[in-house]
Amino acid sequence: MSSEKTNQTVQTTGHTWDGDLQEFNNPLPNWWLWTFYATVIFAVIYWIFFPAFPIGNSYTKGVMNDITYKNADGVENTTHWNTRSLFMKEMQDAREMQKPYIDKISKASYAQIAKDKDQSAFAYSTAKVLFADNCAPCHQTGGAGVMGLYPNLVDDAWLWGGSYQNIETTIRAGHVGFMPGFKGNLSAVQIDNVAEYVLSLSGEKVNVANAAKGQAIFEGAGGCFACHTKAGTGQIAMGAPNLTDKIWTIVDVQAAPGLAEKKAVVKSVIDKGVSRDMPGWQGRLSDADIKMLTYYVHQLGGGT
Amino acid sequence: MTDILIQKRIPVIPRMVKGRFRRIKYVILFVAYAIYFMLPWLRWERDNGPAQAVLFDIASRKFYLFDLTVYAQDIFWLAGLLVIAAFLLFFVTGIAGRVFCGYFCFQTLWTDVFVLIERLVQGERNARIKLINGPNTAEKILKLTTTKFLWLLMSFFTGLAFTAYWADSFELTKLFFTGQAPFPAYATTLFLMVTTFVMAGLAREQVCTYMCPYSRFQAVMFDDDTLIVVYDEQRGEGENGRIKPSRDLSVKEEREHQGYGDCIDCGYCVQVCPTGIDIRNGMQYECISCALCIDACDTIMDSIKYPRGLVRYSSEHELHGSPRRWYKLKNLGYSVSILLVTGLLVWSIMTRSLTELTVNQVRQPLSVTLSDGRVQNRFELKVVNKSDHTQSYQISLEGIEQAELDMGHFAEFTLRSGDSVKLQVAIKHTRLNHEGQRIDFMFVVQSLNTKDIPIIRHKAVFNQP
Repeated sequence: MSSEKTNQTVQTTGHTWDGDLQEFNNPLPNWWLWTFYATVIFAVIYWIFFPAFPIGNSYTKGVMNDITYKNADGVENTTHWNTRSLFMKEMQDAREMQKPYIDKISKASYAQIAKDKDQSAFAYSTAKVLFADNCAPCHQTGGAGVMGLYPNLVDDAWLWGGSYQNIETTIRAGHVGFMPGFKGNLSAVQIDNVAEYVLSLSGEKVNVANAAKGQAIFEGAGGCFACHTKAGTGQIAMGAPNLTDKIWTIVDVQAAPGLAEKKAVVKSVIDKGVSRDMPGWQGRLSDADIKMLTYYVHQLGGGT
Repeated sequence: MTDILIQKRIPVIPRMVKGRFRRIKYVILFVAYAIYFMLPWLRWERDNGPAQAVLFDIASRKFYLFDLTVYAQDIFWLAGLLVIAAFLLFFVTGIAGRVFCGYFCFQTLWTDVFVLIERLVQGERNARIKLINGPNTAEKILKLTTTKFLWLLMSFFTGLAFTAYWADSFELTKLFFTGQAPFPAYATTLFLMVTTFVMAGLAREQVCTYMCPYSRFQAVMFDDDTLIVVYDEQRGEGENGRIKPSRDLSVKEEREHQGYGDCIDCGYCVQVCPTGIDIRNGMQYECISCALCIDACDTIMDSIKYPRGLVRYSSEHELHGSPRRWYKLKNLGYSVSILLVTGLLVWSIMTRSLTELTVNQVRQPLSVTLSDGRVQNRFELKVVNKSDHTQSYQISLEGIEQAELDMGHFAEFTLRSGDSVKLQVAIKHTRLNHEGQRIDFMFVVQSLNTKDIPIIRHKAVFNQP
């Protein structure tokens, strides 16, 4: 029998081109044929159990392939097999897997979350996604904000307070930050003097006499102290920034090269004032989400 | 003329043979089966995981190999292992031909066992041919069914043994037979069962001939000194070819006198061939170098008192009278590569760190000014305890004086064996003199429990705005 196999001469297709050019006929091996039949059988089985053929406006749905899932609102739905339902089912499974963690975090205090390595890791990674979806458009992906428009969340200065409670309140209710422009109310010289005084609060070397005049306006006629306090340390109740630290949130004083330039940018703020608005997220996010987000933002640079 | 579109398969029904190569093959088969089927059941006490000597735990991403625990991060060891395997294969193939195919390949091993089963039920080759070509009697159906059933049983245990490597073997087997095992366990077992049955039972030599890529490219590793199974044509054919020993032609001298070769054309070498070729036609790509034809021919030569070696391991050079050369650049290169990679792999495993530290700098923003004028950089650290015991760790800085390390509540933390933690870390430093200045420093992770765990350092950079 093996001599049969080895003595087989190669068959040609019978055509001859250019006198001697012939084409071999190399027959397919049998196993290949059976593999082909197997794929055909597989296809028929697939047609029966999965959506396959269009019929008019509809299509064959397949049998014995129901998927039952609950959507985010808890409504149960049963459909034939399709990738969207598979996805919904996966989302349901994910929600159920996360539930024990979220339940735990809902009951825990912020201090407890911060001390527990599993809870803090879960809150951090979940809130990172929430932050990217809800906060990053203004505050940027890393929370660094945009100078003059959206506050920096990674430094340790907080207009409205950096404790867990303050941050949660901010996220829930939002804030309207407002400082009036003083152009017209104060003369150009007065504004110049106030700017010099404000710079002196942060330790810049300025003309002492001018700064003294500015201090008088700051603590008196100008009314700056009403929000920023007489010491210039600000009030979180008003969202008024601390003017004595090294952080500038509206204009980049640090980047300005000399005193004249620094004064110019500070004056522009006193001239025009500031008006900013952050919407509240109460109702848009669940309590647990807000809690995790608060933990995340506090982790970025919050204080006590 | 009618074209043949589908090649009809001629079934190969190999005959039994005894001899030294068959004996070697049985020893290898026994050892390989003993390891494959018994390894998952071997118990092994360890502090940090299940008591199974070899366990590939996909769910927790840990591979347990006796006293070695391989974590997902160490998976590049697998690359090392594969490189060694590839070089070893090239090396051995260059010197000794298709040793892997003939002696070690699981296709060969499992086909051997399936042929043994076939023989046990249906008898020797002649009886099997008779049975297959004979009428459909009850005996035929019973024997064929029994064979297939035993094959299936063998395939099933092959599949189950494989599955047992991926979970606690005893627990899994119990769940498996009570119908409670997870779906992947059933799917894996079924898949291996079906492929084993089809490949070793039905497809057999077609796997080597048509499917296996190695059999097709191994020829490029051959040279004139490579060991191959050859039929000594000069001796076997003489001047007038091979001939069956009739009364006048049974004595060697008489045959030589008449110009006939030593081959008595008994056909034993062809009958024992598992791929159904005739070795006397020369080297063929179907030949897996299993050397069973050597055993067959030696048996015949012994029985008629001719010298052995009409079919033997030889090489092109040897056949033409020149000696085999072992020392050549190719072999030297392969051996050096194998030693080198093996050394690297062993070194990498021996010096593996028991604590793993990954440092990711938070880059959005790279740095930030704090209210007191200091600069803050944030880092995300990941610490993995790869030792066998629970450890408490402390993290400190090196090479950055005056810096304050803020770890939140995790200045010290405890990790169970195999556990990991992600930490958000802030480093605060007074403003540096120059804009854009950087400080290179080290994060240091130290175990507080024992001095046996080496201290781990990781480079990092502090950036100034």
